[in-house]
Amino acid sequence: MASAAPMTQSHETTTLVVPGMHCASCMGKVERALGALPGVQSARVNLTARQVNVAHDAGLGVPELVGALSAIGFPSQPRVEELAPPPSAVKPLLAPLAVAGFACMNVMLLSVSIWSGAEGSTRDLFHLLSAAIGIPAILYAGRVFFASAWAALRHGRTNMDVPISIGVILATGLSLYETLTHGQEAWFDGTLMLLLFLLAGRVLDAMMRDRARAGVDALLRQAAPGAMVVGKGAVDWVPARDLLPGMVMRVASGERLAADGEIVSGASRFDRSLLTGESAAVPVAQGDAVHAGMLNMDAPVDVRVTAAGSDTTLAEIARTMEAAGQHRSAYVRIADRASRLYAPAVHTLAALTFIGWMVAGAGAYASLKIAIAVLIITCPCALGLAVPVAQVVAAGALMRRGIMVKDGSAMERMARIDRALLDKTGTLTLGRPTPDPQALAALPADAAQVALALASHSRHPLSRSLVEAMGAMGVLAAELTQVEEVPGHGVHALWQGRRVALRRPDTAVGGMASVLDIEGQPLRLILFADRLRPDANQALDWMRAMGVEPSILSGDAMAAVAEVARATHMTAQGHASPVDKLEAIQRLQGAGHHVLMAGDGLNDGPALAAAHASIAPGTASDVGRQAADFVFLSDSLLAIPRAMATSRATMRVVRQNFGLAIGYNVLAVPLAMAGMVTPLIAAVAMSTSSLIVIGNSLRLAMAAREPKA
Amino acid sequence: MTGLAFLIPVALLMGLTGLVAFFWSLRNGQFEDLDGAAARILIDDEELPVETKGERG
Repeated sequence: MASAAPMTQSHETTTLVVPGMHCASCMGKVERALGALPGVQSARVNLTARQVNVAHDAGLGVPELVGALSAIGFPSQPRVEELAPPPSAVKPLLAPLAVAGFACMNVMLLSVSIWSGAEGSTRDLFHLLSAAIGIPAILYAGRVFFASAWAALRHGRTNMDVPISIGVILATGLSLYETLTHGQEAWFDGTLMLLLFLLAGRVLDAMMRDRARAGVDALLRQAAPGAMVVGKGAVDWVPARDLLPGMVMRVASGERLAADGEIVSGASRFDRSLLTGESAAVPVAQGDAVHAGMLNMDAPVDVRVTAAGSDTTLAEIARTMEAAGQHRSAYVRIADRASRLYAPAVHTLAALTFIGWMVAGAGAYASLKIAIAVLIITCPCALGLAVPVAQVVAAGALMRRGIMVKDGSAMERMARIDRALLDKTGTLTLGRPTPDPQALAALPADAAQVALALASHSRHPLSRSLVEAMGAMGVLAAELTQVEEVPGHGVHALWQGRRVALRRPDTAVGGMASVLDIEGQPLRLILFADRLRPDANQALDWMRAMGVEPSILSGDAMAAVAEVARATHMTAQGHASPVDKLEAIQRLQGAGHHVLMAGDGLNDGPALAAAHASIAPGTASDVGRQAADFVFLSDSLLAIPRAMATSRATMRVVRQNFGLAIGYNVLAVPLAMAGMVTPLIAAVAMSTSSLIVIGNSLRLAMAAREPKA
Repeated sequence: MTGLAFLIPVALLMGLTGLVAFFWSLRNGQFEDLDGAAARILIDDEELPVETKGERG
């Protein structure tokens, strides 16, 4: 059977990453567009991971699939396997959570009957039933904690899971003994509730990491990882990792280089801002060296690859980053710090209780029972929920504002920031040339429509920026005929019988500009510049109001930096190399400051990795996005102080939660040590304290708002 | 007491049914894409997503 000839064409599945999907209509469009292709059997979107799985005939290639999506406006790439997202952290916890939930509810039902006065054989039957449900469930749901506690003990360490595991195992053993000896009280319900709450906390924590990572992963894979390579008479797309020295890449305008190389034909201007922070494009001609990450601005050029992969400037920066990021992994999360204090305290209390009652002559069995009650009542549920719930709620609030958080510790570090260093190009500014608003406003309506129509036919960065700006103004495109784009000479067309063109100016002007040339009308010059992000000054004032001193740290030329420094009233350091930036941060840290680095470029990578906390815009280089704790997708600079303020609010709530949890223990522990706690009291006390902590954390849902003026 | 003997197994069986159903859906990958599941209900198209087309020999 197996060796039979294939009946049909062989099938393949391809996974495409589509970062632009975010809603139901996107999903529908993507699935329909792919499904309409001949040879596609099925297409199913996974919105969480921003991916689409396509099952198709082997004859259909990736370029056709990508082409079908770009035709409807969704840029996409095949998923690079080494960048495939690691398995979800939530999934393995869901089954234990469900089992704990099921068992907890059923045992609670039986317990309620016991508390309402079931006596004798009925009570014994109910206890037996509880044991029958509870013990397998505890074994299954508790594995998460037992495994982690065992691993810690084996290495001679202790963590939050050690007291939990000891408490759970002792309580279960005691309850089973009580059940078999017709005792009055069993603790199955309390034990299961403890596991349920703790698992809920873990799931929330894992969910936040998953969700943040899914968003960041989709962003990371956005960078164009490849180039069109000129072969024998044909041009093929080659992924970046397969580029070899000696290959010739054809780089169109508006494309980023995938490898270092030298120009073999053509001349253009290249934007190096992602590599060095320089905002002015540099002219390059045959023989000039260019580096991966540069953006071609004007005309198509052919570039011979000189270095690819680990030999590039990129890789050099990555190595510096790795060294810079060492200390950050040493940061201990607040929950872990709390549990280091918590575990010995609880065990000491339980041991003291046992010894105290033995001394008082209560007998070993009674003393042990009370000591176990102490272990259960000091349940760290509220402690276990204190941090993750607050962080998940806050991360959700930030996400709705277009700010992604990589992990919970990022917020803890962000809350302590007192100095902020901001890169200029791409962070303080938008990092792309935008047309002069006054020039656009001065255009007559028909000229504006022509300009928009012409610009929409070009992939040139200036044209694309013009389309975006005019689209935002609500301009409609004029009807054009005979449109043709001449690389390096702009777009030409006919409009109502007249020749029109959008091209580069005949004479050199300072900075970047386009000319709108309509036959029979004067030439109109549109100047472009890299402008400050909207709300920049408001954002800086908000930072200062929080006691954070912002300053500029840029790789751009001093003149350009000084101009921005004047506009924003900040001190500035210009012309800084990646190593200079790193040293500036280490200097401040040496002086006892907690420094935030905000940057987008490759040259900011080491600084982003070294800073106490870091934030990057979504338009950043993939290196920048990888190194940053926070990624913001909006144009507005308010994202940076918003992330700070939310982090501070989160840490306030976390501290309150700890206060509540500890306050609860201060009340409950004396009762337990006095031997006055019954399973009923334990159940009520435990759930109340957890609910109070959750309720307190929900106040953060509104945390990401601006301060009231 | 006879009422209990009847009701308790019923309650447990119902709970177990729910648990089994949850495990089944977990195995089936229904928790793979929670955001997508929430959004899918809003896709208002008459034609369903393309499933298998007939094999072309």
